[in-house]
Amino acid sequence: MTLVYRVEVRPKSGQSDPRADAVIRQATALGLSAIPTAAQHSSVYLLAGDISEADVGRIAHELLADPVTQRAEVQARGIATHRLDAMVEIHPLPGVTDPAAESVESAVQAMFGTSVLVRTGDRYDLAGINQLGAMTIGERVLANPVIHGVHAEPWHPAHFPAGHGYTMRIVEIPLRDLTDAALEKLSREAHLFLSLQEMQAIQAEYRRLGREPREIELETLAQTWSEHCVHKTLKSTVHYREANLAAGQFSLQSGQRLANALPSAAHAGAPHATATLRPGHTPANDGSVTIKNLLKSTVAAGTFELIDEHNPDRIDWCLSVFVDNSGVIAFDDHHAVCFKCETHNRPSAIEPYGGAATGIGGCIRDIMGTGLGAKPIAATDVFCVAPLDGTDVPAGCLPPRRILTQVVAGVRDYGNRMGIPTVNGAVWFDERYVGNPLVYCGVIGVMPRTMVKGVTVRGDRIVAIGGRTGRDGIHGATFSSAEVEHGHSSEFSHAVQIGNAITEKKMLDAMLAARDQPDGPLYSGTTDCGAGGFSSAVGEMGKDVGATVNLERAPVKYDGLSPTEIWISEAQERMVLSVPPAKLERLRAVCVAHGVELCDLGEFGSNDGMIRLYWHGTEVGALDTHFLHEGVPMPTREAVWDAAWSAAQLPAPGNGRGVGPRLVDTTCALLAHPNIASKEWIIRQYDHEVQGGSVIKPLVGVGSGGPSDAAVVHPVPGSRRALAISNGLATGWSADPYAMTLAALDECVRNMVCVGADPTRMAVLDNFCWPSCDDPRNMGALVRAAEACYDGAMAYRTPFISGKDSLKNQFRTQDGRTIMIPPTLLVSGFGIVPDAERACTMDLKAAEHVLVLVGTTGARMGGSHRVMLGACGHADHRLPVVDPARGARTARAVAACIAHGAVRSAHDPSEGGLLPALAEMCFAGGLGARIDLSRVPVDAADHADVSDECRAFAEDPHRYILEVEPAQLSKVQAHLDGIAHAVIGTVTTTDTLEVVGIRTPHESVTLDTLRAAWNAPTGG
Amino acid sequence: MRPPADEISTMSTDGPKALVITAAGINCDLELAQSFAAAGAVPESVLLSELLRNPTRIDNYRLIGLPGGFSFGDDIAAGRIMGALMRRSIYPALTAAIERGVPMICPCNGFQIAVQAGLLPGPSIDSAWAASAAEPSIALLQNSTGRFRDAWTRVEIPADTRCIWTQGLECDDATGILPSAHGEGRLVADEALLDALEANGQVAVRYHSADHFNGSMRRIAGICDASGLVFGLMPHPERFTRWTQHPRWTRLSAHQRAGEPLGLQMFRNAVERVLVNA
Repeated sequence: MTLVYRVEVRPKSGQSDPRADAVIRQATALGLSAIPTAAQHSSVYLLAGDISEADVGRIAHELLADPVTQRAEVQARGIATHRLDAMVEIHPLPGVTDPAAESVESAVQAMFGTSVLVRTGDRYDLAGINQLGAMTIGERVLANPVIHGVHAEPWHPAHFPAGHGYTMRIVEIPLRDLTDAALEKLSREAHLFLSLQEMQAIQAEYRRLGREPREIELETLAQTWSEHCVHKTLKSTVHYREANLAAGQFSLQSGQRLANALPSAAHAGAPHATATLRPGHTPANDGSVTIKNLLKSTVAAGTFELIDEHNPDRIDWCLSVFVDNSGVIAFDDHHAVCFKCETHNRPSAIEPYGGAATGIGGCIRDIMGTGLGAKPIAATDVFCVAPLDGTDVPAGCLPPRRILTQVVAGVRDYGNRMGIPTVNGAVWFDERYVGNPLVYCGVIGVMPRTMVKGVTVRGDRIVAIGGRTGRDGIHGATFSSAEVEHGHSSEFSHAVQIGNAITEKKMLDAMLAARDQPDGPLYSGTTDCGAGGFSSAVGEMGKDVGATVNLERAPVKYDGLSPTEIWISEAQERMVLSVPPAKLERLRAVCVAHGVELCDLGEFGSNDGMIRLYWHGTEVGALDTHFLHEGVPMPTREAVWDAAWSAAQLPAPGNGRGVGPRLVDTTCALLAHPNIASKEWIIRQYDHEVQGGSVIKPLVGVGSGGPSDAAVVHPVPGSRRALAISNGLATGWSADPYAMTLAALDECVRNMVCVGADPTRMAVLDNFCWPSCDDPRNMGALVRAAEACYDGAMAYRTPFISGKDSLKNQFRTQDGRTIMIPPTLLVSGFGIVPDAERACTMDLKAAEHVLVLVGTTGARMGGSHRVMLGACGHADHRLPVVDPARGARTARAVAACIAHGAVRSAHDPSEGGLLPALAEMCFAGGLGARIDLSRVPVDAADHADVSDECRAFAEDPHRYILEVEPAQLSKVQAHLDGIAHAVIGTVTTTDTLEVVGIRTPHESVTLDTLRAAWNAPTGG
Repeated sequence: MRPPADEISTMSTDGPKALVITAAGINCDLELAQSFAAAGAVPESVLLSELLRNPTRIDNYRLIGLPGGFSFGDDIAAGRIMGALMRRSIYPALTAAIERGVPMICPCNGFQIAVQAGLLPGPSIDSAWAASAAEPSIALLQNSTGRFRDAWTRVEIPADTRCIWTQGLECDDATGILPSAHGEGRLVADEALLDALEANGQVAVRYHSADHFNGSMRRIAGICDASGLVFGLMPHPERFTRWTQHPRWTRLSAHQRAGEPLGLQMFRNAVERVLVNA
């Protein structure tokens, strides 16, 4: 057995020690009782291998320590001295990915030609506190017990924990004779998370086969049939009804019941109503509606109608929708761009840093696994968390501040290392996210149009590249489909993973090199190993031809993995390629040059189209691909729309703090609302400019001090054409998910229009995060959101091209309370900016320009941030009216104004309403403005009731603020013909925003005051 | 990875050849190659593993770029592993190239690597490159804010700099800026070494006093070796070769956008130098 050497590296005296300073800062911020008066940080390296102490000395001094600022010390065992009053040392638990250790191992190999095993850790010596206090800091500040060990002494094990050898045995799970109760028990105890119906379907299949399932087969079925992989809720048949609704009425907009339930809003008024029924919808006499395959009949139906060959004005730029790992549209004649957005909610709730990092890592692989591989060029992130201060955190949940800080750090460290700019995002705060924070990661890629589709054929080799397989994340897919309970964080710690971005970066470089060979790609198809690992990747690629897999060939991180574990492991940073045998050696050479491990797992195709799994020549499992992919029962789900119940779920409004007697005071309170306030502390931690393609950055204007509506990037260097990237999130409107969805889509479109994108070339993604849809009321809310996706996509002609759902986001506390998240739909969008030089930003450009408000404002304040602030009992709390047809018309007209160069700045007044948006334009431009609210175009029906407060803070959709040179005004007005708009003010050289209204005498506020409010701390 | 030809529309085929060294975790190679191309050079990206096998390949190039990124993960310290690998392998080939007059630019992680590899600050004036790499004498440590930061900062070019990349460039308030994106950019060295660098004109670029976020000693953002050819800096000039990359380009007047962006001017300087010396 080899010795374990221990090396410590710490700053030389007199050098600064930022990590030690950070621990004091964080302990103070957390309000711990024992705060160290001083601290020292040391990096710890444990090395084992066939090396001498002298070798270790060389490694320490040449590799591990910086000669200018650090000292390294090789330590003998058993000398455990405390340098200060107390100490704590943090090490990743055995089996947890340790990227720094992997770096050192490969560097030692390259520099000294020796192979060593390495573990890393961090030692903190602390003064002024006792050992108990040090351990508290270790556990609360430095470590997450899910992945870290916390030691009170320098950790110097005699040897590293090693895996135990694996002795093959084929485990059968007898279930043919089980009762229903026993099937349910098996599903629960084996963590399969399958329903009784699904267990019964499996039982029937194995009765038919005349044998019992093997463990590996059952695990594969559980992975493949998980909600995460198969979207069985969204694809099921739904029986939808509305509480207290007369027969034949299917209302979508509250107060605006459609006479006939079924013509879609997009087709309302069409002459042949029967021909324009919502696809897949069948009405019953009792007023209920049966919807077959909800996803196909709503979100996807819109896309397929828009791209239908028989449609005379069909959209012809969608290249791949809903079938691949991301949706693909044409960028220009030679390039395609693709977009995927994923959530990684459950892992982020338990280990936010690793959860977020592997979330973006997985989404990057979806882009790499689209067609024959796209190159990631931009990323987005949207987080939903509980308010950082004042949230009651139940046992089993991490504090929201820690979650947000760590999630940001995870995205930062993975995205920055990958060299993918994170260019767009949002954070939404609501106390109901306390147990289920939402972490959305989106990635955009570019590829030649010739690479949009791969075809795996019989005889291709099954090749795995990238990271090694370990026990990481086993049961990740099934876990993410289960409701979180307070006990889960320890029970499922093996489902949590740490990523290693460099492994993925090397794999990306190797794949693109293999793709761009002069004679074509060295592989015929690819997909990533995500949820379900090899089982889902090989299962998916071998769907039509079957596969023969030799599991013992997979490179593993440690000994002792069973074939089942190898097959379903969700170890990160792995891709599967189908490789024509003649190209395998060339591919291997490319991988060697890039330092990427490659393994030939077997062959696509089998005699009978089955997926056959072998371990050293013995068959350990056989799966019928048809049953695997089509066998999952799709029960009919009950859905009820209960508007009153839905409205009752809204959180209580705030206490009205900061709401002023003056509109400008309330404007400041809104700018400081965490949803609206500056996210600069997050944005600047991301390298949002790597790859050099950025045209419009997340922060724009004077001092880069204003929030951009959307990002613009150049996917193809040298081309004038660019891509706008944005998101829409209208969770404030969750009282009615139909309106909420249309508002989110409208916001997403408006954001892109404001920066100069062409509204006829925009595509969007849907990401549903919902509380449990076993509750028919949540299912009813989901149906309404899905219907809105259809209506919205048809009206705006923005096809949904990819989507994802996460449908069990609720937390059961120890005392039995269930905290459901608000129904949350993120709409992500990207659109073509025909000429980057015409891109537009939101900062005011020059005095004397006029300010044009496009779109109408009504008296309804429901869903607005003004209502969330509180002290708003007097307002009309109904949601504003959404009219997608008007929204689409408005978007096109505004885009025409911008495309013709008549607009100097554009901004959408969404969160907070008109005055906060104007304030942002002012301080971003370093210019004042004078505004008359009485000139705001109002909803004709509501005219008398639209108060100054509504005009200032209502969040009606379909509105834009445009800054126009007076000489261009007539041109703008011509483009806006038929659309409500008005000049509401002018840009001034003063440093104030001045407001008058119907009943508001002159008010004014300085830019500094507004800017300070917006820069209110929101975390970090 | 070599960028596909259609991604570099401005690429010429008869300019001086520029070597862009890539490796695991290097991620700014494409924009570095594009910047060379925009200045009239013909870039080629080559993996470090290939150069280790065949160091004489370096002799084929007239310009060299060491791009930014997180080489080999940068988990121990930024640039440490890649620098250590280069010291033991291609250091002689690189110093031979510099002695031949090859300009070399090392932005961000490239700077960190160059420091670790003994390429910067290099030998003192009038001394030749040592046969084996010197111990690092400069450190680039965690920013004083303790955090990674992406921001554009105003910069100054010392009038007396001997850096051939920045010599003669002027920086006004609106356009004399460069983007930075790093967590470990705080330059630390002996006062005596810094005195010598300043005296010799080896400070190539400084952060403006109003915009100095990482806490580098004497606001130093970039230095060069005694020949002025090897240029290491934490900012990214390769991300400022088009006006639409400027963070406030929609506010700039036609007059302000009349010339070339500061980053491109640096690459232009180096390419012109190579062409003049040909």
